[in-house]
This record gives sequence, structure tokens and C-alpha cells, in this order.
Amino acid sequence: MRILLSAIAFALCAMTAQAQDLQTLLQDNAAQIAKPSRNAIGPVLDDMVATGLPQVPTFLEQWSDKNVWQNEDTGTFFIATKTGDTLTLTDIDTGAQSTAPADGFKQLKPNGGVRRVIGTALVQFQLIDPDTTRRAAALESIARRPEAAQLAPLMASLDGEDDPALRARKENLITILSARFAEDPADRIAAIEALAEETSVESRAVLNQILATKPGVATTLPDANIATQYDPMADPDANHAALVTADLATPLTTPDDIRAAMEAHIIDGRVGNTPTAQLNTDAARATAYATLAAAGTVPPLIGIPERDNALQSHVFFDTYTEDDPAITTAARAALDQVETAVALAQTVDLGLDALSLASIYFLAAIGLAITFGVMGVINMAHGEFIMMGAYTGYVIQLFVPDYTIAILIALPTAFAITFAAGVTMERLVIRHLYHRPLETLLATFGISIALQQLAKNIFGTQARPLTSPAWLDGAWVISDVIQISYIRIAIFFLALFFLALILFILKRTRLGLEVRAVTQNPGMAASMGINPDRINMLTFGLGSGIAGIAGVAIGLYAKVTSEMGADYIVQSFMTVVVGGVGNVWGTLAGASLIGGLQKGIEWFNPSNTLAAQTYMILFIILFIQFRPKGIVALKGRAAAD
Amino acid sequence: MHNTFIARNPSVLWFLAALGLFTFGVTILSEATGLGLISTSFVKTLGKTLCLCLIAIAMDVVWGYCGILSLGHFAFFGIGGYAIGMWLMYARTEAIVLQNFSAQTIPATPQEISDAIGNQIFGVVGSSDFPAIWSFADSLVLQLAMVVLIPGLLALVFGWLAFRSRVTGVYLSILTQAMTLALSLYLFQNDSGLRGNNGLSGLQNIPGFEQTPQATISIVFFLASAFALGAGYLFFAWVISGKMGSVVQGIRDNEARVRFLGYHVESYKLFIFTITAVVSGIAGALYYPQAGIINPGEIAPIASIYLAVWVAIGGRGRLYGAVIGAAFVSLLSSWFTGGGAPDINLGFYTIQWTDWWLVLLGLSFVVVTLYFPKGIGGLFDYLVRKPS
Repeated sequence: MRILLSAIAFALCAMTAQAQDLQTLLQDNAAQIAKPSRNAIGPVLDDMVATGLPQVPTFLEQWSDKNVWQNEDTGTFFIATKTGDTLTLTDIDTGAQSTAPADGFKQLKPNGGVRRVIGTALVQFQLIDPDTTRRAAALESIARRPEAAQLAPLMASLDGEDDPALRARKENLITILSARFAEDPADRIAAIEALAEETSVESRAVLNQILATKPGVATTLPDANIATQYDPMADPDANHAALVTADLATPLTTPDDIRAAMEAHIIDGRVGNTPTAQLNTDAARATAYATLAAAGTVPPLIGIPERDNALQSHVFFDTYTEDDPAITTAARAALDQVETAVALAQTVDLGLDALSLASIYFLAAIGLAITFGVMGVINMAHGEFIMMGAYTGYVIQLFVPDYTIAILIALPTAFAITFAAGVTMERLVIRHLYHRPLETLLATFGISIALQQLAKNIFGTQARPLTSPAWLDGAWVISDVIQISYIRIAIFFLALFFLALILFILKRTRLGLEVRAVTQNPGMAASMGINPDRINMLTFGLGSGIAGIAGVAIGLYAKVTSEMGADYIVQSFMTVVVGGVGNVWGTLAGASLIGGLQKGIEWFNPSNTLAAQTYMILFIILFIQFRPKGIVALKGRAAAD
Repeated sequence: MHNTFIARNPSVLWFLAALGLFTFGVTILSEATGLGLISTSFVKTLGKTLCLCLIAIAMDVVWGYCGILSLGHFAFFGIGGYAIGMWLMYARTEAIVLQNFSAQTIPATPQEISDAIGNQIFGVVGSSDFPAIWSFADSLVLQLAMVVLIPGLLALVFGWLAFRSRVTGVYLSILTQAMTLALSLYLFQNDSGLRGNNGLSGLQNIPGFEQTPQATISIVFFLASAFALGAGYLFFAWVISGKMGSVVQGIRDNEARVRFLGYHVESYKLFIFTITAVVSGIAGALYYPQAGIINPGEIAPIASIYLAVWVAIGGRGRLYGAVIGAAFVSLLSSWFTGGGAPDINLGFYTIQWTDWWLVLLGLSFVVVTLYFPKGIGGLFDYLVRKPS
């Protein structure tokens, strides 16, 4: 329609407006220009565009920006800027400048709807604008509001495009627009088939728009592009409701209706010969209602049999809003193909999510793997060390405004502080309880609640932010489906780094050798000249220090609260236990299993993370039954308690 | 037999006498008898404390005598509370609904009544259908049976799985903690059928006794709790005395040796674990009608750890120690957190006990573990026999 109009307008222009300038054209349509309406302005704009005058885009832009003024006496339009009470006027055709008092002029203020129409008309000029950013902006505006009229100018602009990125984007938009608006069905089908190769949200939206359906109900199947016809008895209540809405059936008589009918027709304590006191069963009420209906006082009962009859005598179907079956068939095939690709991409995305969750659990648990796994000390205050690390980061950010430097300072400081806290705790408490592991659990729990409350007293109960530096903001976007935030990537590498570091310390350093010696046989180690007290102290400090660093990392993506440690402690213990005590690789396996499992369960039931956690814990309880020593179990003498 | 049992356990008589005296005193001084020296709310606090003492005894038997540090016994306590709470809530809502319907000219059908009750109870979680677990909620007898059966069955299955695979020590502690965490997470969901994090409320209103003043109800529950505590004490004292008790304590001290002596260690542990779970359920069923509300937060892992704290502070391995610990710590805790303790002004800083009580509790717990492993109950040793 648009194109047709513009063709007519062009023919008219060829006769009348060819020799004219823009001002004359504007004057011919002065009323429309001065008080434009969204519905009527289209042909005028098409006329303007059809003149091909170079001043048209400038005028349209200025008009849209409310910079066009009209002389109230002569009716002439000017582009003008207002300074105080004077206007600097620019002639629309010649560009000649002059000044005049603002009093005799009226500013044109097209409303939002009109400005959008103007914007659409402008797009074709912007598409060939020399400035790349304006071309890109024009393309984005098309992508936001695709319209049939944009297809021709877009295709016309493709030849002159020399920027490769913009060219690709233009081709992409042409495909999207052709799929919906091309004249020739063959072109549309070709475009739809091209869309099948993409997984972007945009192309899926286009396919879904082509496949949009509306539900219908009729006595016989109409001659239309039917998407699906469904069994009326599959969802009888909903289908009956549709029948009622379409005025093809009477609504069901609900129990409430029956009750209301009873109440309205009580005569001498009886309803249709039944005493009211006996109306306390559905059967009695049905009898009474039938009596009333037979007497004609109430409408006949519409029950399940009546409903089913009505359903059986109608057909229920969805029709495509698109009339051409060839196109909907092609779009359906394309969408199926796209959805397979999307499902594949989602699996990859899920894998990445699971990996990232696993690295968080690993970071939280690796310190515990040392204190609990290697030394056999249950430290319930481990979560509070994580919290201390996170608060350290928060406090440092209060003093250091540059977030990058703050994080770089926070990591070693958090390690130092929690290392010191761990060593202090080992010296004062845990040292005395090495032969009473269950009591270590309770003593460290006491420390845990004391530290938690202490943090609450100092920092308050509300969550404190630990802001990540700007270069960690955002996400690595691989496609519309696969993306992962940079913080999670950073945590993943941090986890890898610590895995390597711990393995190095335990397997390749003197300290590690002594730690393993003391763990296996403290007495023998002592007789070899190793000081078990010192080693225990250092090991415990190391485990606690790593908890502090994990705290900084976790604080970056979660809120810092006094209870954050408690959120991780049970999970951390389970990670270590599932993985296998006394083995760093085991912790890695445990974290991967728990992280993967949790994401996997969430995938089945995405709305319910609580259920995911519940089922995960149940799984772990069962898992421990069958592999009580964890995934990576120590063998031989080292396994002895 | 009876003579020897009492003779070997003189503390049982002392305890029962003290409990009887205490119960008698509170009853006389309560508002229900007209003296009114003890407020109804404090009677409820005392009644709840007695229930906590009961679960503390159970905890002491399973941990102090059998050596299983269960960090999940509050799950059984909560299940008991939920089981009785379902009936209380259903019966009370039913009474209200019936009263509403009685004002109408047409008597209600059973379906209408059931729908109205469902709407009242589950409207808060956006539902009105009765979940399957509410099938027996209209029957007090069945729900009372559930107070015993569900904790018992859960403990039986869980314990059988755990002990069979010889999960011991800290592993078992973590596993029981995981169990209670899973249960509380499950109950937090709105579609768990138990009203999600709203929990069950209005439990202090006993159906059929709407006209009875709370003062009387509270003293009845107080007496019931005291009776349950006395009976529980007697029962556990009997369980842990005699041959069976020796085996159980042997398992605590050296499980492998008892196994080599030919005892089926797993059965003993399973029996103790299950029986204490049942008693925990009964304690919960008595506790929550006095508390008035139960929600999933009550069975978070922290609650079970506090239970262990009470027993440790009171003194493990002696039943009266558990009672003393639970009563002492929980009453002290409500005194401190309720603002009963005076603030200490240090000039530059005022110590407000509502903020600092947990710090004090945590640290004193460390001190008790380190230096007084026998807890408060250990002090009685100095009274009974002079240290030589």
C-alpha cells in the first residue's frame, strides 16, 4: 500500500513538483505540516522523499527535533534557533540566514507518533549517510521496529555499503525483513530458510512471529491456514470456556450457582419439595435443582454431559495469522532446526554454568580440604573465615577508591588476616583437642557463632557490597544463548590457580613433605626432626588463609553478609566428604560432581532452586551410603583413621 | 529388678523429686490457680523449656551414651511439631468454617466445607487444594500416630542406611546435618504442601477448647510437658542401665572392640537412634502448641547444633546434665536476648546484651569444651563423692 502510494505520489511529483523547491511543496501541504497527525502525514512525507531534493533529510531531522518555525503572517517555514527573543532563521531551500523577532513565528511541535513516522522516513537517508555511527543507529532502529516499507531502501543501500560489519548487519536485517514482508512468497521462503542457520534471539523472534497463531472454535473447520486442530476432550474446561466466550455454549452451572439458586427459591423451608436441612449433599441439591428447573424457575442444569455434548459438536483449532501454508511450513521447519541448535547451545551454556558453580564450591572447600581433609580437624568456623576475607575486601575498598588496586591489595591482606586468625585458633583451641575430633566440631562452632555475631555488631545486618573492577563487569558473549560473566571466568581461573598451588605445596615443597609426614604419623615425623606443632599450625593457617581469599572471590559476585559463611559451610563439607577426605583431587571431583548435579537438577526444574538443593543433598546422602570414603578414596594404610 | 534399678540410679529419684517439686510450685503460683505470681507467658516459656529438656535427654542418650553426634535431631522435633500442627490448624479452621456456614440458610456439602478449609489454610501460598500429606489431618488419633511414626521411620531408614555403610564420627555428623538441611529446604518451598516459609500458625488455639482461657491451657501443657519429661527420663534411665546400656556405652568408647565381642553394633545404634528420634518427635509435638507457630527455620541445621551445645554445657553422659544444660542455656538465652540483662556501660562503648549474648555464648562454649569437658553436671561429682 505504502509503496503504491509513493509510486502515485512520485508520478504526481514528476508532473508538478519537479521544478519546485521544498518550500513550495511544504506550502501545498501547510496545514498537514503545521498540525501533523500520525495517520495522515505518511503521503506528505512520501511526496517529500519523492522529490529527491537534498535538503529533505535535513528538514525532516530539524522538524523532528522541533527546530522548524512557521511565519504566522506568510506561512513560510524556516529552520530556526531561538536565542533570547530573536530567532536565527535558515531558509529551507537556499540555506540563507537571517534574524527576526520570535514574536511573529510559531514553533512546530510534532508529537511522538508523528516523530516516529518521520524517523521511519528518515531511515532511508540515514542508511546511506556517510557517518558509520548514524548508519549503525538507523539499522538498530529498523531492528527494533521492523516495517515493510524499510525493506526496499535497505536493499537499495546494500550496494554502497563498504563497512564489512555494517554490511553483514544489513544483509542479516534484509533476511529478517524479507522473511516477513517480501512480496514474492519464494523470496520469503528463501529468507526463512536462511534464518534456520542462525540461533540469534532476533531470528527466532521473526520465525515465531510468522508462526503466530490465534485460537478459534467453530462448528466446522474453516478454510484457513490451520496450525493445529485439537481434541476437545483433552482440556474440557478450558475448551468449554472458549465456547462460552464465543457464545456457542452456555456456561456450566457451578456449585456456587446451584447454591445461589437454592437460596433464592426457598419456599416454606423447602426448595423444590426438599427440606433445606437435607440439602447438605450434592445429590440432594441436584434433585432439588432438577425440580426447580422442571418448574421453569431456574435455567436448566448444564452439567458434565451437557458440556461434553457441546464440546463434541464443535471443532477447536489454531489458525496461523499468516495465510500462505507454504510459508508457515517452511517457517516451522526452520524453527525446528533453530531450536535443535539452541538446545545444543543451551547444553553448552549449562556446562559452563556448572563449571563455574563447581569452581566456586571448589574455592570454598579447598581450604577445608586441607584443614579437614589432610589434618582431620573439623573447623565449623571455616565459613566465618570466608566471611572475614570478604569483609576485608569491603573494608579495603572503603579506603582504596580504585577497585582494581583494591582487589590486588585485598587478596594478600585477606590471606594474611585469616592466616593469622587460623594460627591463633589452632594455638588457643584446636591444639588441645586433636584427640577429640567431635569436640573440635563443637568448639569451632562456638567460635563460629561468636565471629558471626561479632561481624554483625561491627558491620550491621545489611549486606555490604564488594564491587568488582570495571574490567570484570559484563559477560563473554559467545552467542545469544552461550554467555558467561567475566567474574565467573576469573573465579574459575582462581580455582585452577589454587588447585595448582596446593598441589605444588603438598607435593613439591619441604613444607608439603612435612605436612604429609605429620599427617601420616606424627610420632615418627617428630623423631625425624620435624616439629609437628609448627607444621600443624602452618597447615591450619594455610587452609584458613585460602578461605580468606575464597571470601574475596565469593564476595565479588554475592553480597557480603555476616551469614555468608554459614551458607557455604555445609556445602563445603559435603564437597570434601563426597570427593574423598585427604585428597585435593578428591575435592576437585566433589566440587565438579556437586556443581554439575545442582545445575543439572535446576535445568529440569528451573524455577525452584530450593528443590534442586534438597534433591542434591538427598543424592549426596545416598551417595555416601555407597561410597562412604568418597569418590577418590585413599587405599591401604593411609586410609586407616 | 525395680529395686535394683533405682538403687543403681539414685539420681533418678532425686531428679523426679526435683521435677515434681518444681511442677507443683509453678502450678500453685500460676495465674490458673489465682495466685498469678507467674505470668501465663512465663508458664509457656517454662513448658517449652521442659520440652527442650526432653529432646536434650534424647540427644544425650544418642551422643553422650552412644557416641553418635547427631546434628539432625531437631528435624525429628520439627516433624513432631508439624504433625500435631496439621491437626490443630485443620481442626481449628474447620470449626471456623463450620461456624461461617451455619449462618447460611442452605447447609454446606462436605465438598464445600473441604474447599473452604483448603482456601483458608493454603490461600497464603496461592493454592486451595489439599496436598496428599494432609489426608489424615482431620483425625487427631492418626496425626498423633504420625508424631511417633514419621520421625521413627525416618530415623530408621536414615540410620539403617548410614550405620550399614559404617559411616561414623564426623562423617555421620555432617550427614545428619545434611538431612536436616534438606528437610528444612524442602519445607521452605511453597509447593511442599506445608505452607512454605509461612509455616503453621495459630497452634496455641486448641480446637474444642476455644472458651478455655490461655492461662489454663498453658498450665495443662506445662503439666503434660513435665510428665513427658519425667517419663522420658525414667525410660532413658532404664534403657541405659543394665546390660543394654553397657553395650551402648561400650560402642561409644570402642566400637570395634564391641563388634569383635560379637555384638551386632549396628542394631544397637539403630535402636538408640530411632528411639531418641521418636522421643524428639513427642517433645516437638508438645513444644509447638505452646510456641503457637512452627516454620521451616526452626529445623535449620543451627538448631540441632544448639542442641549439642546445651548437652555439652550441661554435661554429656549423664541425663540430668542434659536437662540442666538445656534449661540453663535456653532460659539464660531468653533472658539475655529478651533484654532482661542490664547493659554494661564501659564509658566509650555500651555493651548491649542483645548484640553480645551470642559472642558470650560462643566463647563460653569454647571454654567449656576446653576446660570443663564434664560440663555443669560435673559439679555434682564433687557433691556425691569427694575427689580423692
